[in-house]
Amino acid sequence: MKSVAIVGASLAGLSAARALRDQGFGGRLMIVGAEPHRPYDRPPLSKEFLAGQMTTADLALEGDGEDLDAEWRLGVAATGLEQGRPLRITLADGSAVEADGVVIATGSVARTLGGDLAGVHTLRTIEDAAALRAGLDAARRLVVIGAGFIGAEVACVARTLGLDVTIVEAAPAPFARALGPEMGTALAGLHEDHGVRLICGAAVRTLTGEGRVDGVLLEDGRRLDADVVLVGIGARPAVDWLDGSGVQVGDGVLCDTGGATSVPGVVAVGDCAAWFDPALGAHLRVEHWTGAARRPATAARTLLSGGAAVPDALAPPYLWSDQYGMRVQFAGHTLPGDEVSVEEGDLASRRFLAVYRREGRTVAVLGIDQPRSFTRWRRRVNEPAGAR
Amino acid sequence: MIPACPLAALPRGEALRIETDPPIAVFHTEDGELYAVDDTCTHQDASLADGWLEGCEVECPLHASRFDLRTGRVDAPPAKLPVRTHQVVVRDETVYVMPSDLPPNLPPGVRTGSA
Ligand SMILES: Cc1cc2nc3c(=O)[nH]c(=O)nc-3n(C[C@H](O)[C@H](O)[C@H](O)COP(=O)(O)OP(=O)(O)OC[C@H]3O[C@@H](n4cnc5c(N)ncnc54)[C@H](O)[C@@H]3O)c2cc1C
Ligand code: FES
Repeated sequence: MKSVAIVGASLAGLSAARALRDQGFGGRLMIVGAEPHRPYDRPPLSKEFLAGQMTTADLALEGDGEDLDAEWRLGVAATGLEQGRPLRITLADGSAVEADGVVIATGSVARTLGGDLAGVHTLRTIEDAAALRAGLDAARRLVVIGAGFIGAEVACVARTLGLDVTIVEAAPAPFARALGPEMGTALAGLHEDHGVRLICGAAVRTLTGEGRVDGVLLEDGRRLDADVVLVGIGARPAVDWLDGSGVQVGDGVLCDTGGATSVPGVVAVGDCAAWFDPALGAHLRVEHWTGAARRPATAARTLLSGGAAVPDALAPPYLWSDQYGMRVQFAGHTLPGDEVSVEEGDLASRRFLAVYRREGRTVAVLGIDQPRSFTRWRRRVNEPAGAR
Repeated sequence: MIPACPLAALPRGEALRIETDPPIAVFHTEDGELYAVDDTCTHQDASLADGWLEGCEVECPLHASRFDLRTGRVDAPPAKLPVRTHQVVVRDETVYVMPSDLPPNLPPGVRTGSA
């Protein structure tokens, strides 16, 4: 393989570039990115950066003086992938990039509610974060739609800025998608503890206002006043540009356990990719930082070996979140019906470690302010039943 | 010299945090070596004493940066800066730390009480 093109210049793309060089790839390396910026870190956008404790420079993912000997094409999106030898990637400015191998690392895009009212935000990029912060600074009341991690983190920062905050969630409990309903319910009180109103089981009918948002109307007829709205209802994979390429897409680019896609010479990593997870027996799109940082090493091996390398055992998905100064950590994947038990601490104090089991096997671990025991428990996820 | 703990209180494979400013982590490796580094990861605000000790490396509990305890060097990102190391002395079955007089590499947003 003489040349590789990476599409997407963020965490997964940069990690792929590093992995290729670490593994001895000495050929031509091209990195195409739609954003004009060098790779930057997104998790602080809803935490320290939004709170003003981190600067733009602090977000840089590359080390000082780090040189991957790559040709960067920033500020231009890929519009298509054509099969053949070499593979050909067409770009929005009409030019194209050709390479023997391609890494798809285009991440995901925040879901929106449509409409174009001012004061309605989503949070994915550094520009989004700056706009949201300016919006918060000028506002008194924030409504967050969606009680996921990003929404909850923004609620937290807004509280410290003195705003009146309400979170609206369609599901019966917050964090239900990631942590399951039981632990989601256990954590609901966190918001109330910190003076944030949480309304669950409520669907949004529409956002109101003329030109600028002034409220949120719920299906049950309730109306919430708002100066600023954050829509935090998840993200969809940025894979539209692959239409017609022959790369198979489901919820994300479908990959095997080594990151290989349906097209030879093409691998996919990060938030846009759904790797086959043997522990689950299904493809799973993992939208967390650690997967985007670590799996590219496996995908690079797959690419450089032409698919001959035996993939490393897949590390279980891992996420962390900061909620009102508490550290939430979760590893594994939970399904409805898993048994959950609190192994350390207790729910009432909201400092605990909970273990999720399926047929006797540990499938996930949740730690709330339990970093030390989480470090240990995390390594037991997906071990065969009875291994310890 | 700061007394950390009796040697017997820090078994092999374990770590201890001393609440200095900034805090220091002391590790006792499976091979019986003792090392001390600043407890706060150089990437963000996480305690390395809560991390995973393997050989003479510690893996940060938050984003899995790995640091070489002998030199403080970063062996795996996202951390970019080495963690400051301190000297460890055992005297009369007690573990002591000799704090370094070099400046620490604290993460953005984390300050020492005195600075
Ligand atoms: C506000 C926020 C907070 C988060 N907090 C946490 C957290 O606390 N813990 C955690 O585990 N995870 C967190 N995450 C998730 C984590 O940031 C992502 O998992 C990670 O960024 C994924 O990296 P990626 O490179 O796959 O995708 P992305 O970071 O989404 O990057 C994809 C890049 O590809 C570019 N691109 C898209 N389409 C094209 C195209 N056609 N051509 C060229 N370039 C293209 C995009 O512009 C973007 O720069 C958070 C995410 C956000 C947004
Ligand atoms: S805080 Fe240690 S790696 Fe991020």
